[in-house]
Amino acid sequence: MKLPFAWEHLIGVIALLLFCYGQVFGLFMVPPDAHMGDVARILFVHVPSAWNAFFVFTIAFVCALGYLISGRKGFDHALEAALEVGILLTILLLMTGSIFAKPTWDVWWKWEPRLTSSAIMLMTYVGVVVLRSVVQDNERRAVWSSAATILASVTLPLTYFSVQIWRSIHQIQTSPADIDAPLRMAWRINALAVLLLATWFLARRWRIAARRWELGDAPPLPEPLQPEEV
Amino acid sequence: MKPWQRLLLAFGALAVAGGALLFIVFSDKLAGDIFGDENLVFYWSPTELLDAGEKGRRATVRLGGMVRPGDDPNWDRKLPIEFYVEDADQRIMVRSTGAPPQMFREGIGVVVEGKLNSDGVFETDRVMVKHSNEYRVPDDEAEMADAARTLTLD
Repeated sequence: MKLPFAWEHLIGVIALLLFCYGQVFGLFMVPPDAHMGDVARILFVHVPSAWNAFFVFTIAFVCALGYLISGRKGFDHALEAALEVGILLTILLLMTGSIFAKPTWDVWWKWEPRLTSSAIMLMTYVGVVVLRSVVQDNERRAVWSSAATILASVTLPLTYFSVQIWRSIHQIQTSPADIDAPLRMAWRINALAVLLLATWFLARRWRIAARRWELGDAPPLPEPLQPEEV
Repeated sequence: MKPWQRLLLAFGALAVAGGALLFIVFSDKLAGDIFGDENLVFYWSPTELLDAGEKGRRATVRLGGMVRPGDDPNWDRKLPIEFYVEDADQRIMVRSTGAPPQMFREGIGVVVEGKLNSDGVFETDRVMVKHSNEYRVPDDEAEMADAARTLTLD
């Protein structure tokens, strides 16, 4: 069956509907957290964006390895998409985390292990995207940014395990048994919704990357118009 | 670029990344084992702060541990708020001139910034609360109201 539109839009629509439902569910249909009260509801955005940021950056790592091993340009398109979607999710993660930190820790930001490593992770991947933008040649850009992405991947386990490696004020990872059922449900619905949203973005961004590759170098700027032609 | 060159680059990058990861994770612990002092700690426990002696009194440091109620029955209802921060072995009295966040309560983890004075009281103006990794719904209406409690000043 041939769809009259790109397949990812179907996922996008489902993602938006599920995300709206997940947010309404998290904001109005589950009880507040016993200790933090209503403030803890921001976790229904904060935690899904964290999980998905790690997931998407892991995709970037796999694609970088995949490109260097196989040389297939599809890996580079996916890498480009994953880098930018991952950055978007990380920015969302840091913003919601900062808003969450003010009422719970009494500060907007603290240079403690989890926050510091997350900020380093964000800046590292921004660096890889900047690197991509300064290399003109397709193959060279793919090779360089793949290597850079593999190096940048150091920040993933470092950020994820920072709360265990170092003393931190950030809470450590939780397990399903430590979350009461209604709250757990809200975490999961929103995590799935953000995953679908990320998939939608990745697919859209992949297509742009594929077009860019075909175009090769950016086309030269048009000549300025001569006065007699105006 | 030839395929073998790309492969070499992939393994080179993986090796550098793995080495960097190991170094970052273990260098401070290793330094701690050799020099007896870990540098990368976000806060000190009461035991560590007391063991540090004079060194612990000179600088502004962070102290972390569990909250134990102060001696005053109204300990969490007025400023400056006085309570103990304890670990398994030691406890230190903390006096804070800043109001703590609303989820501050007995038994919760806190990190406070300030100085240990000559009387052995840790003076601070900032109490940061560390939440556990458990997320629970309130048991009843009373606990629900408590979840929204704020510090009331007399």
